This record gives sequence, structure tokens and C-alpha cells, in this order.
Amino acid sequence: MTVARRTASVSAIGAAGEMVPRVTVRGPSWDSRLTVLVLFLPPALLLFTLFVVLPIGEAAWYSGFNWNGFGRPTNWIGLDNYRFVLETRAFWLALRNNGLIIAVSLAIQLPLALTLALMLAERFRGAVALRMLFFMPYILAEIATGLIFSFVYDGDYGLVASIWRSFGAEPPHLLASTDTAMLAVLIVIVWKYFGFHMMLFIAALQGLDKSLVEAARIDGATRSQVLRHVVIPLLYPTIRLSVFFAIVGSLQLFDLVMPLTRGGPADSSNTMVSFLYNNGISRMRVGYGSAIGVILFAICVTFAFTYKRWFMRDE
Amino acid sequence: MSNAKAIRAPFDPTMLFKMVFLAVVAIIVVVPLLATLFGGFKSLGELRVNPFGLPRHWEWQNYADILFSARYWQLLRNSLIISTLTVALTLIVASMAAFTFAHIRFYGSSMLLSYLTLGLLFPAATAVLPLFIKVRDLGLLDTYFGVALPQAAFGLAMSVLLLRRFFKDIPYELLEAALVDGCSYIKFFRYVTLPLSRPILATVGTITFVNSWNAYLLPLVMLNTDALYPWPLGIMIYQGEYSSEWHLILAFITLTILPTIILFLLAQKHIVAGLTAGAVKG
Repeated sequence: MTVARRTASVSAIGAAGEMVPRVTVRGPSWDSRLTVLVLFLPPALLLFTLFVVLPIGEAAWYSGFNWNGFGRPTNWIGLDNYRFVLETRAFWLALRNNGLIIAVSLAIQLPLALTLALMLAERFRGAVALRMLFFMPYILAEIATGLIFSFVYDGDYGLVASIWRSFGAEPPHLLASTDTAMLAVLIVIVWKYFGFHMMLFIAALQGLDKSLVEAARIDGATRSQVLRHVVIPLLYPTIRLSVFFAIVGSLQLFDLVMPLTRGGPADSSNTMVSFLYNNGISRMRVGYGSAIGVILFAICVTFAFTYKRWFMRDE
Repeated sequence: MSNAKAIRAPFDPTMLFKMVFLAVVAIIVVVPLLATLFGGFKSLGELRVNPFGLPRHWEWQNYADILFSARYWQLLRNSLIISTLTVALTLIVASMAAFTFAHIRFYGSSMLLSYLTLGLLFPAATAVLPLFIKVRDLGLLDTYFGVALPQAAFGLAMSVLLLRRFFKDIPYELLEAALVDGCSYIKFFRYVTLPLSRPILATVGTITFVNSWNAYLLPLVMLNTDALYPWPLGIMIYQGEYSSEWHLILAFITLTILPTIILFLLAQKHIVAGLTAGAVKG
């Protein structure tokens, strides 16, 4: 049996044309299939279960305790942690900020990305270079981007300060004021992520059926009519996808906020995750932090399922 | 009315508007990056009066000091180790799982696949506290693996989906012929699937690498020793130490994002394909 298998596999890989008795076929392919199942699947399942699924379940369990992470959790307090979270003003501020990020993504970033994609999907000199340039902020680390912009916004040395001073005005400290910190963060978000959405649209535009556009043109539609009634409707699936990414992205935004404001001043620019970090992780309040995590998890999953059901049924 | 002529007319207001618009966006993207690069060449005094322009006096010392410091290289080394571990783990584990899902029909396979894709629905941050405790209980706190294993686990869902789609497109006749000749599935995986899948492996590898290279939250939670910090942690500490010496911080930022930009220019095809891959999938 073993010998037969060895010669058989040699014939498959190396010496083509060597005759192999067909009787051996059923044997190896059968138990090699089982071997694959037993060897190939468990590592992925184990890794995923251990580091992704179990921690979520444990978060739900820990969220019932008042626990600092040492020893075993013993101080069961039921749903109190959830009550504490919901009673924190900073939590609602963070939720509002996530809402703001989504609103800006939809109202500014998405139209900007779509406009640029329509311009750059056509061929002209420099189009590819511009695409790459606009995509570049997306691949920079959030930490580096945040630091670059904390320089841009710096009230003493920054670019904004220098523009202000050239008008003879006293430069503002944008990141240090509760009124402007979140606005400043929002601008950085658009700067960093519009290129990603633009690339999504360009990829979709390039896969578009050109004959539809041509047919509309032949029928006498103007450029803007073609755009409104043919191209944009064809892009709906991509637009829905882009909106999905924008919302999911906003719910996990953290790295960018830390170098800019750390969620401050006075919690005015926290996102859900930076709120979780500042209040749960950095103080090792495991129960409280887990409760925030569970709430965030519930928001993400509810959103993902409803969105998929309502808007992405056809995909 | 000929269209081709109309578009190429000497003065076209929409064309002009388009060019101006693109130029403005390009300037907004480029100026902060160039100001960072050049800011590293200025003295602090010059930075204050001239943050936008080219340096009047080039201070090579800022960059040289960082390039000759052990600290900079240690940060890059740590980042490189963690990212490489993550990429290796992801490629091995995900390609094996993807192969099983692509080629072997078994009871519950679609259920297990949906189980894995649950990972796409929520960010790692939601469970980061229990994850910290798990990694601590496993004795992996403050090790490279304590960061790489969870990172690979969270990237798994996307990687398996991308790889599986590619593996499925490998002609079935090829597998059939190999099996008839008595080749085992594992040998087929090793000698046919993997060599044929180099493009998708490169894509998945590149995006995993970029994500891990840029990651901040997981290393922040899992590592306590300065000597193990990857560069995003290191640069935050550097910024804390030199809080207002922006010329040094800008030089440090430039030198730490340089590897990313070089990688991007070398592998832009894979990066763009990988990062926008979700859009193409059905």
C-alpha cells in the first residue's frame, strides 16, 4: 500500500506517462482526504477560537464582575457594569463622535471619493500617479498620520499656526480645545481614508459594462444624464460597500486618535475604542472594560447583520 | 456635433475645473507629507518661522543622529520580527484551511466557514481585555508571539476567504488528474496549489504585513518591555520625550514611515489589490 502510493505520486509529479495500476486510486485519495481534514483545519479553528471567539465570550462573563484582573473574579455585581457605562457622560460623547465620523464619511468623504474616482478612472497622463498619491495616506500607519497632523495643528510650530500668523492672527491650539478637537480629528480621518474609497470606486468603474454607457450615449443622453441614470446606479453595490466599510471603520477607530488627542480634552474626541482604552484597559478595570467591549460588539454585530439584510441582499 | 473634437477643444471649462480640483486635492495630500520630510532637515528655530518651505539650511544631523542610534534599529527590528511572524502564521494556517474549504466536501464545511467569517464582523478591540488575560495565562505576555498570534487570528477570516476563492479557481481537472494518478491531497497542495497561487499568497502576505507593521493597540496591550516595542509604540514614547522638539520628531516620523512607502512603491499592485479585495468579492 505504502509502496503503491509512493510510486503513484511520483508518476503524478515527475515521470509522466508511467503506467500506474488504477486499483490504488481509491485508497490514497480517500485517506489523504481524511488526513487533510485532520491536519489542515484544526490550526485555523484553534487559533480563531482561542484568540477571537473565546475572548468575546469571556468578555460577557467578566462584565458581570468588579475585577482588576488579578486572581480569580469573585465579586459578582450582575449588570452594574453596564449601568455604570451607560451612566458615564464620556460614553455618550464617544458614541456621538462615532456618529459624527459616520456622518462626515457619508456627507463628505464618499462624494469626494466618488468624484475623484470618476475623474481618475479615465485615461490621461498622470492619472495612475494621482491614484497612487491619493491612496498613499491610507497605507501610512495611523500612529504616524496622527503625529504628522499633531504637527500640522501645533499652535506654535505647525502649518495651521503659520497660516494664521501670516494673516496676523493669534494661532489657535486646535487639538487643545473641546470645541475644535473633534473637528480636527474628523479632517484627518477624511485625509487618511478618502483614497481607499476612491480605489474601491475605481476598481468598480473599471469593471463596468462599457456597452451600457455607449448605448445611452448613442441614444442621445448627455454626459451628466449618463452619469446620473447609468453609471451611478451601476455603482450602487460599491457605494453600499463603501458605506459599510466607513461605518465599520469608524467603530474601530483608535490608533489615529491617540497621537492627536488621546480622546481629550475632557473626553471631547473619544471614539468608542479610545473610550474603552482610557477607561477599561489603562486602569485594568476588567469588568467595566469588558462591558464596554460587549456593548461595542453588540453594536458591530447588530449593524453588520441589519446592513447585510437590508442593503446587500443581492450580493 | 463630433464628440471627439468637442472634448479636445482648446478651452473646456469642465476640463479646467477638473484639473484645478485634482491639483488642490493633490496639494492637500502632499503638503503635510513634504512638510514632515523637510521639517526633519530644519532647526527648531527655522521650523517655527518656515514650516512650509524647503530648508534654508539643511541640518543633516537630525537624521544622522537617529540613523546612528541603536534605538531606531531596535524598533524596526522588533516590528520586522512581529510582522514576519504574523505573516508566516497567517499564510500557513490560512492556506491550509482555505485548501480544505476549497477542495474537500465534508459535513459542516459551510458552517465552519461561516464560523470563521464571524471574525470580519467586529474589531479586535472589543475583546482586548479578556484577550490580554488569555495571553497572560498562556505565559505569552511580553513576547513577540503574544502579539503575533492574536494578530494572525484576527486576520484569518479575510485571508481564508481570499485564498479559498483563488484555490477554487484552479481547474478541477488538474486535481482530478492528480488524484487518478494517485497523488495525495497534501502533495497536490504542496506541489500544485501553492506554486500556482503565488500572486494571491503575495497579496495576502503583503496586506497582513502592512497591517501588522502599522498596528498599535495589540502591541500596546501585550508588551511591557521597551526592548520589545515595535516602532508605533516607540515613536509615541519618543514623541513624549521630545514633546516640542518637532524637528527631531519629524525626522523620526520620516524615517519610520520610509519602509512603508518603499514597500508600497515596490508592491503597490498587491497592496491595492489586497486592500480593495472586499469590493470585488461576490
